[in-house]
Amino acid sequence: MGLDFSVVPDYLDVIFLGALWTIAITVGAALLSFFGGIFFAVIALYAPILIRLPFRGFEWLFMGTPLLLQLFLIYFGLVQIGIDLPAFVAGVIGLGLHFAVYNSELIQTAIVAVDRGQMEAARTLGLSRGQALRKVVVPQAVRDVIPPIGNNMIALLKDSALVSVIGVTELTLSAQLAIGRTYRPFEFYVIAALFYYVINLGMEAVLRRIERRIQAAR
Amino acid sequence: MSDEKPFVDIRHAQKSYGALEVLKDISLKVNRGEIVAIIGPSGSGKSTLLRAINDLDPLTGGEVWLEDTQVNKTLPHRQYEKHINQVRQDIGMVFQHFNLFPHLTVRGNITLAPRMLKGLSEEEANRLAEEQLDKVGMLERIDYYPSQLSGGQKQRVAIARALAMKPKVMLFDEATSALDPELVEEVNLVMKKLAEEHMTMIIVTHEMGFAESVCDRVLFMDQGVVVEEGPPSVIFRNPESERTKNFLRKHLASNKE
Repeated sequence: MGLDFSVVPDYLDVIFLGALWTIAITVGAALLSFFGGIFFAVIALYAPILIRLPFRGFEWLFMGTPLLLQLFLIYFGLVQIGIDLPAFVAGVIGLGLHFAVYNSELIQTAIVAVDRGQMEAARTLGLSRGQALRKVVVPQAVRDVIPPIGNNMIALLKDSALVSVIGVTELTLSAQLAIGRTYRPFEFYVIAALFYYVINLGMEAVLRRIERRIQAAR
Repeated sequence: MSDEKPFVDIRHAQKSYGALEVLKDISLKVNRGEIVAIIGPSGSGKSTLLRAINDLDPLTGGEVWLEDTQVNKTLPHRQYEKHINQVRQDIGMVFQHFNLFPHLTVRGNITLAPRMLKGLSEEEANRLAEEQLDKVGMLERIDYYPSQLSGGQKQRVAIARALAMKPKVMLFDEATSALDPELVEEVNLVMKKLAEEHMTMIIVTHEMGFAESVCDRVLFMDQGVVVEEGPPSVIFRNPESERTKNFLRKHLASNKE
């Protein structure tokens, strides 16, 4: 039995729709992981100990356990305590928080590395510590780690396939549906891979643009 | 110097890190419009004293007053933060390493604090930035980023940033020490201009020539005490203390190399 790509066009719309879901999940989770990462970094560094310690536990939970398990926990587990999230939302939250923790680690290091004189200059002008962090220190720290955060975002795109297990018909699950009808796994997995690759290229282009724009401001 | 009441009043300032005493009971009164230079070897405590004036390096003893306000008064944490943020708006400070905000343009550097703290509109803040930059001769660079400026230009922008808060007094912490020799003059010129406008200034410096030509009074500090103070003509030409003489001799020798 040879390869036969002629069945593919009939299912292109399904695959295409799946690709759109993948993009939607990735963009949603990427935004959550970016802003969540900043928020977590500030908590990890500056919150009072009573908040910082439980937060450490939460971080450990997200870094030390499989993403797959986290998705199950958020989607199937939370229902038992009355939080019934749509699969898409659960997927975005799971992916987003998971990568927020990794981004937070990067941003924490960068915040600590910002020259002490920056905080001093801001305080000297009369800014409070919080204002100085928000307007002077954190923006610089985030700029410094945009490239490694970009790498995390690429990883996030690829890990978005895991969201298929809680029933979001994203790219990988769409390919599986088409395979279920046609028994042509090779063809559809290759097509799905191609779509992932194209989305990846688009994402890298966006990241490069952001990097170029912040380059001037150094 | 007609005001009988001092404008900046440091009373019995003390600062120690554990057993190490950096400032030993220093008092300094500066009148409105007066320009005071603090000179001395490194480690003499002169920067620490300057940084105590806006409480960047809090004293362990003594008081700092600006007009009728005690800068370092004892208050519960939250109230103190509010108080000090208010007071600092009146005290401009210029650092050795400029400390411009690299992620903001020259305009952004200058407008940030006035917009956040004084509630200026974008238009008002822009006008203020243009006005201050014009004063330091940097108006054409308003949309540049700090990384695109020379050291002297950065320091002039930093001065404009401090001036934009309309401070009552300006503190200069070795403002020209990090500059290449050929860039020192442009910053000195800006400071001279401020002197002519009767800005009250306290200047920690290694530039003896500048201190002599601009300042009304010079303090020589060594090992946490004021060894000698007086008009520049006396301190530089005819100092009393052996320590002052030694310091000036060494300084002249090293500058000639």
